[in-house]
Amino acid sequence: MNLTLRIWRQKGPEDKGRMVTYQVEDISPDMSFLEMLDVLNERLILADEEPVAFDHDCREGICGMCGLMINGDAHGPQRGTTACQLHMRQFSDGETIDIEPWRARAFPVIKDLVVNRGSFDKIIAAGGYITAPTGSAPEAHATPVPKADADAAFESAACIGCGACVAACPNGSGMLFTAAKVTQLSLLPQGQPERYTRVIGMVDAHDEAGFGGCTNAGECTVVCPKGIPLNTIGRLNRDYLAATAKSGGKPGS
Amino acid sequence: MAVTGLLLVLFLIAHMLGNLKIFAGPESFNHYAHWLRELGTPLLPAGWYLWLQRGVLLAALVAHIWAATMLAVRARAARPVRYAHRKKIQGSYAARTMRWGGVIIGLFVIYHILDLTTGHLNPVGDPTRPQANVVADFAPERWYVTLFYTLAVVALGFHLRHGAFSAFRSLGQQTPRGERRARNVALVFAVALTAGYLVVPFAVLIGLVR
Repeated sequence: MNLTLRIWRQKGPEDKGRMVTYQVEDISPDMSFLEMLDVLNERLILADEEPVAFDHDCREGICGMCGLMINGDAHGPQRGTTACQLHMRQFSDGETIDIEPWRARAFPVIKDLVVNRGSFDKIIAAGGYITAPTGSAPEAHATPVPKADADAAFESAACIGCGACVAACPNGSGMLFTAAKVTQLSLLPQGQPERYTRVIGMVDAHDEAGFGGCTNAGECTVVCPKGIPLNTIGRLNRDYLAATAKSGGKPGS
Repeated sequence: MAVTGLLLVLFLIAHMLGNLKIFAGPESFNHYAHWLRELGTPLLPAGWYLWLQRGVLLAALVAHIWAATMLAVRARAARPVRYAHRKKIQGSYAARTMRWGGVIIGLFVIYHILDLTTGHLNPVGDPTRPQANVVADFAPERWYVTLFYTLAVVALGFHLRHGAFSAFRSLGQQTPRGERRARNVALVFAVALTAGYLVVPFAVLIGLVR
């Protein structure tokens, strides 16, 4: 396959950045999208040019590092997969592919296609934890959990924090991520002590980081590689309403 | 957004049901319109209830627009650099027309009040004969009025399609089954309200109501 790539090049956080066109030839349809970028980078290095910087780690869709806006689609045209799990057979010979980084104020570009997702860490630090004794793992059946709650919590826990929800959101909101990280704990007995301070803290941290507000547009859930459903945000809303009514964080509440 | 929106929706339902009185004949419609002025009497002096309701609706409308503006401002600030290539709509079309749809509806409401409440922009503009005002408004030669009305009502339909679902979600709707139900309820409600509002001008247009 021969392809025309239009890639966002930006030397550093201060650089203005621009789209640069590259030609790649003899791409196998069985290559992954990132392998295709590797091929391009090998050629750029041989030609003494700066290779394209992009994030990647596990290359099997579980680490959440890779994240590219491919032809305006977060993680590319295939649903339920990350960019590293996307194969070139999804594209046709001679196609022009636009590759951009996630665009959000809370995700500043570090270089080329690499963005700083530290804002997500700030949201987690504001409440994405439980109080648990450290040491050896407790007996798994010591605390019974209703099956439906366990399933829903697991669905939320599948979030890999890649940031595709923010990238696709017309409001630049990170509410699907925040909701997943809130509900994976609030649905379980272990998450109850911090339940209402967690949701307030994490939503506040989300807003402070410069993400937009959620309007339930639903673009996030379409591109989410882990298929986190939109109703997760409803669970967050319910916790948030309860937290404001209960004034969580005050003794005895 | 959800709470103020629901207040406005309650008014929309009452307003639509009132409009349909036009099919019961001019006397019935005029009687209904005059009854609205006396609503709340003898507990309140005549006209007080109407002004009370107008006050509540105006407050809800201002709060609704203010919240929407805040969301739009935040959304703009949250993405300072735009995408060069952006797929337009993958979620819901209605959800992506909320802001411009809202502006269209807002402009229409201003026109609508000047037309059928104060009568300034109405060819008859007689407060004692509301039925005649409506019939004159949607006369075939004033097709542009009907067109604008239709456009605004369709925009309202889209606005309600997403707005009603989004309100359920904001107020804590949280299960996948409930989401399907909320979406269906929102769709049926939006279509019913759109149809209920459109049937009046088109009935006048084809001469069913004269």
